Amino acid sequence: MEMFKTISIALVALRLNALRSFLTMLGIIIGIASVIVMVSVSSGSKQEIERAIDRLGSNMLTIRPGTSTTGGRHGGAGSAAPLTEGDITRLKERFGFLEGVSGSLSTSAPVVFGNSNWTTGIIGIHADYIKVRQWVIEEGRNFTDREIRSGAKVALVGQDIIEHLFDGNPSVGERIRIKNVPFTVIGTLQEKGESTFGRSLDDVIFIPISTARMRVSGRSSRGVPDMVGNIYLTVDLNRDIRIAEEELVEFMRELRKLAPGAQDDFSVRNFSEFIRARNETSSTLGLLLAATAAIALVVGGIGIMNIMLVSVTERTREIGLRLAVGARRRDILMQFLVEAVTLCLIGSFFGVVIGVGAGELVQRFSEVPVLLNIPIIFIAIGSAAFVGIFFGFYPARKASLLSPIEALRYE
Amino acid sequence: MGGEVIHALRDVSLKINKGEYVAVMGPSGSGKSTLMNLIGALDVPTSGDLVVNGLNLSGQESDTLADFRNLTVGFVFQQFNLLSRTSALENVKLPLFYARHLGSINAGERARKCLQQVGLSDRMHHDPTQLSGGQQQRVAIARALVNQPSVVLADEPTGALDTKTSVEILDLFQQLNDKGITLIVVTHDPEVAEVSRRNLLFRDGRLVDDVSMARR
Ligand SMILES: Nc1ncnc2c1ncn2[C@@H]1O[C@H](COP(=O)(O)OP(=O)(O)OP(=O)(O)O)[C@@H](O)[C@H]1O
Ligand SMILES: [Mg+2]
Repeated sequence: MEMFKTISIALVALRLNALRSFLTMLGIIIGIASVIVMVSVSSGSKQEIERAIDRLGSNMLTIRPGTSTTGGRHGGAGSAAPLTEGDITRLKERFGFLEGVSGSLSTSAPVVFGNSNWTTGIIGIHADYIKVRQWVIEEGRNFTDREIRSGAKVALVGQDIIEHLFDGNPSVGERIRIKNVPFTVIGTLQEKGESTFGRSLDDVIFIPISTARMRVSGRSSRGVPDMVGNIYLTVDLNRDIRIAEEELVEFMRELRKLAPGAQDDFSVRNFSEFIRARNETSSTLGLLLAATAAIALVVGGIGIMNIMLVSVTERTREIGLRLAVGARRRDILMQFLVEAVTLCLIGSFFGVVIGVGAGELVQRFSEVPVLLNIPIIFIAIGSAAFVGIFFGFYPARKASLLSPIEALRYE
Repeated sequence: MGGEVIHALRDVSLKINKGEYVAVMGPSGSGKSTLMNLIGALDVPTSGDLVVNGLNLSGQESDTLADFRNLTVGFVFQQFNLLSRTSALENVKLPLFYARHLGSINAGERARKCLQQVGLSDRMHHDPTQLSGGQQQRVAIARALVNQPSVVLADEPTGALDTKTSVEILDLFQQLNDKGITLIVVTHDPEVAEVSRRNLLFRDGRLVDDVSMARR
């Protein structure tokens, strides 16, 4: 007995009861469609998170002065001793695995070019900053160490600055004024887009950190002439970042002469971990939704089982006749099993179409990120086939165990 | 379903030769259908041996019995038992679908020939509901013949038909028997008894009379 013929028998049987077949399939259609939508949405947000982490660099750590208490940072950021150039030097000496280290002293100030005027974020940096924060110089060049040390009046500008201040014209070599101090633009930064919080990352100007201390920041640098704000650093990719983080904390405590048991007056943060943790709930939710969808599929499977049992009872005489003309038990088993699986596969086909369609709609008309991956379609179809086999087996077996004479006599 | 043991057939010892045309008769409930179901391997005897075409049907695997039903016997039922909403041709092809030993034969061709044999060439694509009782029974006979069985079993094949149609069916049986097929027919109809060459009479599950007649 060929499979092809068995499938065609199943199709004929399903067509004879088209409405019933369709209603039975509905459970599978809904189950498969929701599995696909749920998984697409949850893998969409997962991808979004990974992208955010990639943007930050998964091997980057940040050191900030002040306690690590996230909520209502008690004491305030400024109350603890600031981080200094000395800290950076010692970190570099102590840890060979640091790929790049940079301070980051940020403020906001009006910038003037010709008649244009734009208020933007000004960040004082070391040359490593570009590499550590994964910026790319589009035109021109990065700062030299000499420029950093000497407090040169040079600047790197982001794309938003080019647009708003220079009207999109070339800016390298132009002179701008930040807080009335003249700067020469020596390079431009490639576009980065929006941050996870929806703020433009390109609305920024970088200047050497020493220049920032002397000319722009002004405010609290009085007491500590070599403060560096926050420290950003990247560790060698072969190094476990969590271990590096611990070593860093320990070393910083030493540097800041904290007594054992005293609370850290600085914080070391691993941003990629931070983002992952923050999104843990959302991925748990995604999992929960997927589980709900799977339950829908199981309910669909129970519907299949129910209707197959009805079908076996209704067709008892047909089964008796098939047995009487020479069908083996296996043939009858296969006939009903193939019928159940066919029902599920046709259902899963429509489920995939609807699920993919719904995913497209979600993507188009909402902010929710959707990632449709091809494997999930095959997994969905496979699980539908499994549902068909699992829930179709009992009715099919029941049919195959009928005695020919009893089945023929059945009214 | 009561606790009482019913002996549908008992103490029956019987030999039917190849090519015989046997009429099985007896009052209702005498065990005729039971005998047919046993010979056709639709039912299994509680005790005793039953050898058909060299195969002892007692204690066989269900697959062996299935193949036996498929290849050795052809069954014709009183109620035709055709698959509804399935054409005459497809009904006739059904046993071929389960025939494992036939290799690559042209099922359609084979079925068409059998329908031709029972005089239904022009009704091949009709559904059973579009056929008269006699035509339906002829489709059932074609189905019984399609695997070229050595024995055809018919349980009251004319029971649901009028006299004129019954005669047509009986003519058909006669033709089959002339070709050498062993024929066992359960009937209440004295006409059938007349055309057959051997009459078995059952009463209360026992074989009470076995009459052979010379060929008319
Ligand atoms: N499934 C069954 N369970 C119990 N008893 C049965 C069963 N089938 C048949 N019998 C009994 O076996 C006996 C013989 O039945 P069988 O059907 O062989 O009679 P029959 O000669 O074919 O009768 P009829 O001419 O009415 O068809 C009857 O007494 C019947 O009640
Ligand atoms: Mg009977």
